Amino acid sequence: MNLETIVQALQLRVKSGRDRLGGEVRGGYVGDLLSDVMANSREGDLWITRQIHQNIVAVASLKDLAGIILVLGAEPAADTLEKAIRENIPLFMADLPAFEMAGRIYQMICPRKA
Amino acid sequence: MGAVSACEKWLYENSFPVDGGNFDDAGRVSGRIKTILKEMGIENDVVRMAAVITYESEINIVSYARHGMIRLHVLPEYVEIEVVDEGPGISDIRLAMQQGWSTATDKIREMGFGAGMGLNNIRNFSDIFHISSDVGSGTRLKMIIHIQQEQNR
Repeated sequence: MNLETIVQALQLRVKSGRDRLGGEVRGGYVGDLLSDVMANSREGDLWITRQIHQNIVAVASLKDLAGIILVLGAEPAADTLEKAIRENIPLFMADLPAFEMAGRIYQMICPRKA
Repeated sequence: MGAVSACEKWLYENSFPVDGGNFDDAGRVSGRIKTILKEMGIENDVVRMAAVITYESEINIVSYARHGMIRLHVLPEYVEIEVVDEGPGISDIRLAMQQGWSTATDKIREMGFGAGMGLNNIRNFSDIFHISSDVGSGTRLKMIIHIQQEQNR
């Protein structure tokens, strides 16, 4: 599914990577432990997290993730946003908690399973 | 690409320094290594494995050591990654390799590191993994990723 479709449906606030919204979302991953995300996320995943430190950009970049959603209104640290803009990593803000965000995205990209 | 080779079989060889304590810079070396491997046309699975190995190695150096070096050797058959650091070393490697065991400080944990998964990730994403350490001196890791991969990795 197209990243922009998810962004619009869930009213995600786009902080960076706007020109990559045409990219495909293949799945998702939820986690705040960076080693867990490094080990278990997959290319094209949309990553849902509360971490705002700039290393989330490095993880998303190294793992070729579709983007990062910061939940519960968490704001990216200033250097995180700078790095996300510099590396053109899609970074979003949302007010929903992680459980609800994951459920909604799952329903959108896996409708027959949900 | 700047490949400097002392060995005829090496397709690429380079060393990348990593400073201890600099969390803001973590991911720079692994990002560069990923770019180098992709530009060499190395298969995606190998590039992803190398990315995990080098990122976790960077985080370990930044978290625990004073200084470290990540060496990348690319040969036709495999990618070899060596990580050597100057730091406190590991007194009980078997314990350090246990999932969830960590000596990370609160500061490290607040950033989402220090879950005791790093060395396991490095081992799990390597085809061959070797670790040795001298307390008070430092730790050495050597990892091999075979380039001819099974389909079902």
